[in-house]
Parts: sequence; structure tokens; C-alpha cells
Amino acid sequence: MKYKLDFRTYSDALKKNQLLGLKCRSCGNITCPPTMVCRKCASFDQEVIQLSGTGKIKTFTTTYVAPMGREVEAPYTIVMVALDEGPWISGNLIDIDPARVDMNIIGCWVMLGNKVFPGDCYSSGEAARPLFSTVRNI
Amino acid sequence: MRRVSVIGGGHTRFMANSPNTGLELLAEASMDAIINSKISPQDIQAVYCGNVLGDFSEGQGMIQSYLANEIGCNYVPATKFEGACATGTIAVQNAAMWVASGTYDIVLVCGVEKATAMGTPLATRTFAMFSDSRFEYPAGFTFPAVFAMLAHLYASHYHIPLEKLKEQMAHVSVQSHHYGAKNPHAQFQKEITVEKVLGGPIVTTPLQLLDCCPFSDGAAAVILASEEVAKKLTDKPVYIAGSGQASSGHLASQYQYLPRIRAREIAVKQAYKMAGVGPEDIDVCELHDCFSIASIIAAESLGFAEFGTAGILWEKGETKIGGKTPINISGGLKAKGHPLGATGISQVYEITRQLRGELMDQGRQVEGAKVGLVDTLGGDGIIVNLVLKRD
Ligand SMILES: [Zn+2]
Repeated sequence: MKYKLDFRTYSDALKKNQLLGLKCRSCGNITCPPTMVCRKCASFDQEVIQLSGTGKIKTFTTTYVAPMGREVEAPYTIVMVALDEGPWISGNLIDIDPARVDMNIIGCWVMLGNKVFPGDCYSSGEAARPLFSTVRNI
Repeated sequence: MRRVSVIGGGHTRFMANSPNTGLELLAEASMDAIINSKISPQDIQAVYCGNVLGDFSEGQGMIQSYLANEIGCNYVPATKFEGACATGTIAVQNAAMWVASGTYDIVLVCGVEKATAMGTPLATRTFAMFSDSRFEYPAGFTFPAVFAMLAHLYASHYHIPLEKLKEQMAHVSVQSHHYGAKNPHAQFQKEITVEKVLGGPIVTTPLQLLDCCPFSDGAAAVILASEEVAKKLTDKPVYIAGSGQASSGHLASQYQYLPRIRAREIAVKQAYKMAGVGPEDIDVCELHDCFSIASIIAAESLGFAEFGTAGILWEKGETKIGGKTPINISGGLKAKGHPLGATGISQVYEITRQLRGELMDQGRQVEGAKVGLVDTLGGDGIIVNLVLKRD
């Protein structure tokens, strides 16, 4: 079976700040990032939709010890965001000094941008990831 | 299905910078298990092995075959399992099925890792391979980062001030080091204090160095046998009475349950049901404390505390010997060490020795323990649970 929304398509859209997901025609559930079948009911009758790219920060961490090849990026802040449409996705938080990010960031509204991870010797090519910035000043 | 017994085990010291190769560590633990079980290598009918990063750490794949040859188990089937940090427990669970089915009477389960040979940057990179390479690693996920986010989510979800949670987490590490100091196999055999944990360098907020288990080298092995064989070889057989396993996707995909880990709740329910026990029957538990917060989250899923309250168990000493549910009396992953492929087998080895009453000399015997629980987590979400029992 072919993918409705494969990773390359998802990542290429994200590079244009478009967040794609899947809406299940059987149960209405929205899955993002995409999987082959609906995460809720396992139906493969899904349609590709564009999500708003806005949501609320649910949790975060500021990482000081980075993996090999990414040391220059540290410190950086990783967040999990609950999208307006329901699903949570992971990405990085920008526009705030990572050292200053604390529990007060939880619940803040954010909107989506992107940054491309070029990949390393253990990756199968580049991958765009969400880059979130806060909608209001905190 | 036949009852399956753990009849003996072997365990190297867990450490950083072991002078031995991974194969040597694996062979030493395996031979100790064979000798302690009063059998010979020719009695082993199959080998089940756990090893996760041998290709990265030593350029060695397929170590299970070389191990079998190394210890004289010639031409036996040799199979390797991989489930990140849960690898060893998956090997035990699957090996047990071959004995339970009647195919084999005696098998060796062994696991090894030489993680420190990679150095911290490559080790951090390879451990991050147990998160999603499409949706997590591009954002810089590391393994501590996963549990760091769970810690912040836990504090927010249960309305616990972060400072309070951090203090409870520190108590987890302090207890692990307390028992690690008594365990001759432990990587860290020294006591620490809450102040020391809270004064350590930050790895990824809110986790500090002493909230995290170390990279480790080491091996562990156990021999599994049918009940009939076990009764001939030992007067203290310990049985694998229940097992369960469940898997899940990347962390964000689990959003409807977080900070609860649904896979663990499913896996442990299977194990409890199969063994005919509940959390109240567990006399001693080894759970997957890769990070201090991981212990708190695990204890709740396993049924030892209400959700949002397990930190109190460590704060009040309920997880120590003499407490409500003694947990990680080995020192856990934190102090004993965490050589991935060996970790689950080390947990089974530890619980077996507790149920056989062999730890009195080390001053960490849970007296009269009859039922024990093993809990191991791999990556974003493989969980394996085993219930061990003696008659
Ligand atoms: Zn559906």
C-alpha cells in the first residue's frame, strides 16, 4: 500500500511552513505527524489536510549536552506543542534565550516555522522540523 | 505450557572503561551463570542474547554467535534481540517461551554493552537513535531530553511545584546510591546527598547529572530451565510466573496519556494477570530508573502509588528495605549502571537472588521476599514486565 502522506512530502511542505496531517474519513481523528493508518482506528481511508500550525506549549526542556555533531547548537530548547486541532508535535522553540525558558512557558501560544536538519552520517537525508515562536510576549 | 525457572546467573561488575572486550564480558558472565547452575556448556540448547550498540562501540555485530562459540556451546541456535534499553528483558521473555513450549529444557540468556567505548558525544548520538529519526531527532532529541520533558509535564499536569518534584527526584538518586554502595557489581559504590544532586551540572532542564544513569560497560547472564530440570539442579528454583510487553510510537504520539505511559500499564497488567498477583503482592521490584523522574512515573504505572504521588514513596523511604515496596535495592540503573543489552538480565539476576535470599551478606536482602517484579523500558515506549516467584 502506498502512503497517503509520506515523510518526504510532509518535510517538503514543512519547509514552506505548511503543516500537513491526515484526517480519518472513518472516525474523524486527525493524525500529525502522519502515520500510514489512522492512529485512533487504524483505518487507511485518510485524507491529507493542512493544519493551522498554531498551538500551546505542553512541555519543554533546554538541552546543554548535545549529541555528536550538534554540539554547536547547544543550548537549545525542545518543546512539545498541542496543536489547535488536537495532536501534539515536537519541535524547537526560538526567539527566547534558552537559558531563560522555565515553567512559565507551559501554556504559551506558539506558531510554527521551520528549520532543516541537514542530516548526519546516520541519517537518511535532510529533515525539516517545526520551529516555534511565541505569539505573544511572555 | 510448562513452568520456566531461573536456575542461576552471572554478572560482571558494571563500570566505565572496562579493559575487556564486549565478547569477553559476555563470556565471563555466561560461564559464571553456567557454573552457578551446576551445568556445562554442552547442556545449553540455545542462546538468547541482548546487545544493542556493539556495531557502534566495537565494530562488532552478531555477537551472539561468537559468544556461543567462545564458551563451547557449539552449533546451537543463537539469536539476538534488540529493544533499546529493554533488550535484555525481551531476550529473557522470548527465551522463556522456548522452554515453556517444551522445545528446549536449558537455555542461556545473556546480554552485554560497552557503551563507554564510544565516548559521550557518540554515545549520546546512538542513544538518541531510540527516539524517532524523522520527528524527534531533527529537533535535537537526546534520551535525557525525553524524560526531562516528561518531568516538566509531570509537574504541570499534577500541579506539583517543580522545586518540590526536583527534591523528590533527588531522593530517588540518593536511595539508588545508598544501595549501590552495598552492591559489589555496581558502577557507583558511594553515597550521595540531596544537596549534591541539586548542585550538579544541568544536562537538560530540569535534569541534572545525578538525575541520570551513566553510560556503562558490563554483562549479565541467566540460565533458564524447565521445572523438571530446575528441581534436579537447585533446591531454590525461582519461576518466571508472568510476563507482558507493549510498544508505542514517538513521545508526542502518546499525547492522550502523557505523562502516564500507557504501554507500561498494558504490559504490567498482562504480567500480573498471568502470575495471578497484583501490585500489593510484590515484595521487591527492580524498575527502569534511567532517570530519577522515570522511577516516579514507573512506580505509578506499576500500581505502587496513585498517579501524581509516587515521589512521596521515595521521600518517606517506602521504597527502601522495610518500606511498603522495596524498589531498586540493587542500586538500579542509576548506581548499578546501565549497559543496555545487559540491563534487563541484570534485573532478573537481582530479583532471582532476592527471592533466593542470597543478599544477606551484602546487607541488602529483602527478608522473606517471595514475589518480585522486573520493569524495563526501551526508548520512547517498549515496556517489558516480568513477575518472578518462588514456591
Ligand atoms: Zn480513524
